[in-house]
Amino acid sequence: MYKIEKTGPIADKVYQMWVNAPHVARNAQAGQFLIFRIDESGERIPLTISAVDGDAVRVIFMAVGKTTTHLANLKAGDHILDVAGPLGKPSEIKKFGTCVLVGGGVGTACLPIIARALRNAGNRVIGIVGARNAGLLILEDEMGEVCDELQVSTDDGSRGFHGFAADLLKQTIAKEPVSAVWIIGPTIMMKVTAEVTRPAGIRTFVSLNPIMVDGTGMCGSCRVTVGGETRFACVDGPEFDAHQVDFNGLMQRMRTYQAEEKESLERFHDHQCRCGGNHHA
Amino acid sequence: MSGSTITSAGAGVTTMHDRPVDERIQDFAEVDTGITAEEARAEAERCLQCKKPLCVKGCPVGIDIPAFLRDVAAGDFAQAAAVIKKDNMLPAICGRVCPQEVQCEGECILGKKEKPIAIGELERFVADEERRRGMVMPEKSAATGRRVAVVGAGPAGLTASAELARMGYAVTLFESLHAAGGVLMYGIPEFRLPKEIVKAEINAVLALGVDLQLNHLVGRSVPVDDLLSYDAVFLGTGAGLPYFMGLPGENLPGVYSANEFLTRVNLMRADKFPAFDTPVKKGSRVVVAGGGNVAMDAARVARRLGGKVTLVYRRREEDLPARMAEIERAKEEGIEFITCTNPVRILGDTAMTGVECVKMSMCELDTSGRPEPKEIEGSHFTIDADVFIAAIGQGPNPLLVGQLPGLERGRRGNVIVDETGKTSLRNVYAGGDVATGAATVILAMGAAKTAARAIDRMLRGE
Ligand SMILES: Cc1cc2nc3c(=O)[nH]c(=O)nc-3n(C[C@H](O)[C@H](O)[C@H](O)COP(=O)(O)OP(=O)(O)OC[C@H]3O[C@@H](n4cnc5c(N)ncnc54)[C@H](O)[C@@H]3O)c2cc1C
Ligand SMILES: Cc1cc2nc3c(=O)[nH]c(=O)nc-3n(C[C@H](O)[C@H](O)[C@H](O)COP(=O)(O)OP(=O)(O)OC[C@H]3O[C@@H](n4cnc5c(N)ncnc54)[C@H](O)[C@@H]3O)c2cc1C
Ligand code: SF4
Ligand code: SF4
Ligand code: FES
Repeated sequence: MYKIEKTGPIADKVYQMWVNAPHVARNAQAGQFLIFRIDESGERIPLTISAVDGDAVRVIFMAVGKTTTHLANLKAGDHILDVAGPLGKPSEIKKFGTCVLVGGGVGTACLPIIARALRNAGNRVIGIVGARNAGLLILEDEMGEVCDELQVSTDDGSRGFHGFAADLLKQTIAKEPVSAVWIIGPTIMMKVTAEVTRPAGIRTFVSLNPIMVDGTGMCGSCRVTVGGETRFACVDGPEFDAHQVDFNGLMQRMRTYQAEEKESLERFHDHQCRCGGNHHA
Repeated sequence: MSGSTITSAGAGVTTMHDRPVDERIQDFAEVDTGITAEEARAEAERCLQCKKPLCVKGCPVGIDIPAFLRDVAAGDFAQAAAVIKKDNMLPAICGRVCPQEVQCEGECILGKKEKPIAIGELERFVADEERRRGMVMPEKSAATGRRVAVVGAGPAGLTASAELARMGYAVTLFESLHAAGGVLMYGIPEFRLPKEIVKAEINAVLALGVDLQLNHLVGRSVPVDDLLSYDAVFLGTGAGLPYFMGLPGENLPGVYSANEFLTRVNLMRADKFPAFDTPVKKGSRVVVAGGGNVAMDAARVARRLGGKVTLVYRRREEDLPARMAEIERAKEEGIEFITCTNPVRILGDTAMTGVECVKMSMCELDTSGRPEPKEIEGSHFTIDADVFIAAIGQGPNPLLVGQLPGLERGRRGNVIVDETGKTSLRNVYAGGDVATGAATVILAMGAAKTAARAIDRMLRGE
């Protein structure tokens, strides 16, 4: 059992949660994730480790389905039954020169820990955080602190640059030499944004989020095609060379359980209504 | 049917105690309901009490079979349990899943003329009786003050932990999943091996004072340096890496490795979705590729989820490597077998819709002494299906062993050990599937026991 230290909303449907998990906190590195199983009947869901403080780790998640909605309902002092991790390969951290970190929506959660590691390795780090609108922007302050320069965009212009993060990335690489780029966000955003750096051949990393079960390389649920080869995102990734990833195949696999996910979430909402919103009943 | 005769599962005839087919394919409860005390005594009485018992030679952990059979015949089931427990901490499991027909029962002298003693069924009976009565704790030596790390809580890791704890070592057992048991929990289905039984036998191991750390993936949650700081290490990380076939369309939704399909159902209880959150594609038409125990399990699970199931195997019927009894049960349950056939392509656009197969002809013998299958040109045909399960084998998981500098490994990634289980690294031992490649529960246990003894000798400076 792992105790929730702190939790609460930080944007529209987006929550941050600090959980006490010493084995994860002690060994976590930039780019890694953990797996939560809330209770006995729960699914194992992967979430990126977005910060570490002592024995606690922070995750930032969007309530999109049954498990993340359930997670959002939990309070400080509640417990998560299982926390496994850290999992996945750490980000490739070394002295590149100038690095640009692009975050889309909740994917921005992954960036501060990577930004800090890159800064410590002597890089100049430019952050670009984008969201559909101002209500969905997260970690603007924190990114401002850990980056040498921060740019903000919203699709509807409600804050910062009116347009896509990809547009800001395009402007940035036109202005100064950039050695490495991270793009982390919704799969379609990663696919599109990665095209910006392809012509210039800039090293570009994306963090993939296929459906996982064990997260230890045992099941193959998370397989993705990278450079024509099948790789397991939970052990070979989750970060891969953006220009080698078969994004269409990934998006197709991520839709595998759409019908079941809908059923599960509706059932959860029904159940909550019947119990007056008290999920502990 | 009267239950007066017990037919060994290994004799190729399903046991008399199987639940009726139409009942059992509706649920995940155990197929074989076990034998009664009277039946057990009568069967044990048939034992000749051989002076040089061949059966014992056939058991990888060397259980004193005639001794426990004598106790069963005399009705002293507690003593029988004590005899078995001296050599095997997991008898309710082994009695159910050991391939007895090629081990203890395969060697039994009575098998030469008539039927061998149903040793597995009796071992299971004795263990089930003990669990009903309450388990007896085995004796433990005084603490040695030395620490041993065991990685992986499958049959190998559990056995090594139990043996070392009994010898007085402080054992920390690391397991990456949220439950101990390895393949016993996530691979072998409930209807062959009820999880309550696995948990009870694991609890008996933990009661010896083993410190189980779940959710710890060694190599990530536990850095290699920390691992190597223990006085000794036993690697029991198994062969969990699923092989895919490399077919076009293999990444389409609906295509599973047997590991994933079985884990979703056995460990995550996807059969009970939506009461349990993890989904699985149930599939109205399921194709399973492979012919071993894993393939049989996947096929029979898919059948219980309501699908029409076809198993395709590239060699002949007589080459099927699965246990005879499980092949027969699979057939009884309505699974269609198409032999001498291999899948070549998964069809479909946004999700799979079928499997293209090709017939195989059997050519000259290969290195395993079996004929080599070769594709017959122009014999392609299609099976409509919405789920495909590849059950063609697993290799050792490279995650941890690939991080241990200087650890010698074989061509297939298996850890190389000497006859005591020692690896090329100082103080590091290994056993079970990580050393042998995918094998059996009892071989993993036997190897772990040998390694535990070697670790003890090493730490005592012998
Ligand atoms: C390495 C990794 C890191 C991630 N980090 C974050 C993060 O920091 N913040 C965040 O909000 N989300 C993250 N995700 C996605 C997150 O795991 C899913 O949102 C979550 O599993 C959805 O569960 P649900 O029951 O709420 O929704 P569901 O209704 O079950 O699913 C919603 C969508 O999430 C995806 N999904 C469903 N089940 C899983 C699963 N078991 N594993 C992975 N994806 C699944 C599917 O594509 C699905 O369409 C990450 C995923 C991966 C693989
Ligand atoms: C579906 C199926 C059916 C089978 N049926 C039979 C049968 O009927 N009879 C029979 O005798 N055999 C059967 N087998 C084979 C048998 O289950 C295996 O040979 C046996 O489980 C091997 O034991 P093990 O302890 O070596 O490995 P495993 O059982 O694989 O256990 C390894 C454990 O280590 C954990 N692990 C791996 N890496 C790490 C790490 N880095 N850190 C922490 N933990 C880690 C894994 O999560 C796992 O729990 C079957 C196998 C399968 C897959
Ligand atoms: S452990 Fe297996 S091989 Fe040994 S006696 Fe029992 S069933 Fe037979
Ligand atoms: S070989 Fe058969 S008959 Fe002889 S002791 Fe063993 S079980 Fe009994
Ligand atoms: S999640 Fe199972 S192999 Fe990656």
